[in-house]
Amino acid sequence: MNNVLVLPMLIPLLTGFVLLFLRPSIRAQKMISILSLLSLVAVSVRILLIIRGEGIIRLDFGGWEPPFGILFVGDSFSALMVLTASVVSALIIAYSFTATERRMENMFFYPFAFFLVAGVNGSFLTGDMFNLFVCFEVMLLASYVLITLGGGKVRLAESMKYIAINVVSSWFFLVALAFLYGTVGTLNMAHISVRVAEVGQGPLLSAISVVFLIVFALKAGLFLYFWLPGSYSSPPGPIAALFAALLTKVGVYALFRTFTLMFYHDEFIIMTIIGTMAVVTLIGGCLGAIAYTDIRQIASYNVIIAVGFMMIGLAIFNEEAFKGSVFYLIHDMVIKALLFLIVGAMVYLTGKTKITGMSGLIRNYPVLGWLLFLTTLGLAGVPPLSGFIGKMYIGLGAVEGGNYFLLFAGFASSLVVLYSMLRIFMNCFWGETIINREDQRPYPARRLIPIALLGILTVGIGVGAQALEPFVSDAARVMANPGLYIDAVLGEVES
Amino acid sequence: MEFHMTILVGILVTVAVYLLLSRNMVRIILGTAILSHAVHLLLITMGGAGEGKVPLLRESDGPYADALPQALILTAIVISFATTALLLVLAYRTYEESGSDNMNTIRRIDRE
Repeated sequence: MNNVLVLPMLIPLLTGFVLLFLRPSIRAQKMISILSLLSLVAVSVRILLIIRGEGIIRLDFGGWEPPFGILFVGDSFSALMVLTASVVSALIIAYSFTATERRMENMFFYPFAFFLVAGVNGSFLTGDMFNLFVCFEVMLLASYVLITLGGGKVRLAESMKYIAINVVSSWFFLVALAFLYGTVGTLNMAHISVRVAEVGQGPLLSAISVVFLIVFALKAGLFLYFWLPGSYSSPPGPIAALFAALLTKVGVYALFRTFTLMFYHDEFIIMTIIGTMAVVTLIGGCLGAIAYTDIRQIASYNVIIAVGFMMIGLAIFNEEAFKGSVFYLIHDMVIKALLFLIVGAMVYLTGKTKITGMSGLIRNYPVLGWLLFLTTLGLAGVPPLSGFIGKMYIGLGAVEGGNYFLLFAGFASSLVVLYSMLRIFMNCFWGETIINREDQRPYPARRLIPIALLGILTVGIGVGAQALEPFVSDAARVMANPGLYIDAVLGEVES
Repeated sequence: MEFHMTILVGILVTVAVYLLLSRNMVRIILGTAILSHAVHLLLITMGGAGEGKVPLLRESDGPYADALPQALILTAIVISFATTALLLVLAYRTYEESGSDNMNTIRRIDRE
């Protein structure tokens, strides 16, 4: 038994409940939040180290052995995701301590941020398909509240769309689960994998896997990303950062789990359908990132490009490419949090959202400007920053698998990312200063610290990739050999 | 039994899609509610409805009915209840703010 495995979900969930009762005292809410976030990061590190020592661990709730009970499974992939999500959400919540309006703090901002983190961590750790659905819903319900918080015409209209889309995609999730349960008679991921392998992935199971593909593609913003730019650009900085860093990544994680563990038999679906979807996502994202002049829209389209890039790793389908995708997922959570916090800060400082409306900010806010430049380089994948490692491994995987077209599409998108980001940087930070020294809004150092820490983190991941490498290789090895995961879950039990 | 349930699920989905495609916000919300009922019925059907006995050991001899779909549906009902409640409140707030329950008007707000 590894009870520590439930803590990444339990800590934020309990914290959320406690914070609900501490509504009058925001100071107490903040104190407890900090303690909880620190312990969350500590627990995630501990889990990662346990997995390093003992291999894949699992926790059967209520002692019901798989395949009957619900269980949490921790392998290197999920532990890495939990660790990154915890660190990033800790920094974003620390940022929101100083950047959130009083009326939103009074309206349960922190509890719902914690519920969101609980849902995200639960989705990463669960080993049961229905439990994945429940964790998704915990995360989504929290996100519904966060996106509507504060009100305002535009925000409410965007939220309505966002919620309607997600309700429909959750419906598809349930339909897929119903058909899956009717076909293979189990919901345990490892057990599903065994049964699918036994009967062979025929047309029926392939159809079910495509329904799962649609569901997760909607959540991740892969190909079906039309809802994403609007809903990610309407909430204020910290909430948008939380969404951009965590929500789509859970969809990407679920796609990887589904198609490397359970439905890995059909090459057509993985190579052709997912590959095509990834390329279309890249192209659509690039067009959006170039076309818009609203910095929040440009940032949102960069989220879409990153999703497309990670899915190229899945479409190539070899160990090297998986490694690249895992590295890139870690990098992307950090860098998207950084990007959205900076963009939120720029909108806050200037009161404008278009790149044409800002100019010469570098004189007013030099640190923010150079951090945005660092983000630009990181997003484009310039070594030694964190984006480079992931891009390099995906590139190696593509060459190994002979997918030169995907390789080209992926790397061409990096150039567009660089262009779209430099456009923000040059238009907003260079040029004639339009804000006088006397008129400029002060930007407190307390807000800059979390942003700077995220910036240091992205450099750290790039420079310290050597230290992360064994964990990432292990994650990729498990993805490439689903047998390892199945043995760890169903090992002692008759399958 | 399964056959009739499947037809019913089909009818419910048809009704729900019709409602979802309308312009009125409350109709859309009703559509999502009916959609979730359809999928709950689908879950029951896929679990094999009407076969086997009550799954209580010692109360009856097997074969027992599969108890898992019921558990799944219960969870799904709770979730869809919460979502529908939230959607209704959101629709009311949107109506208060923008003075319209027509999605076309609301979409136009967005563009401005």
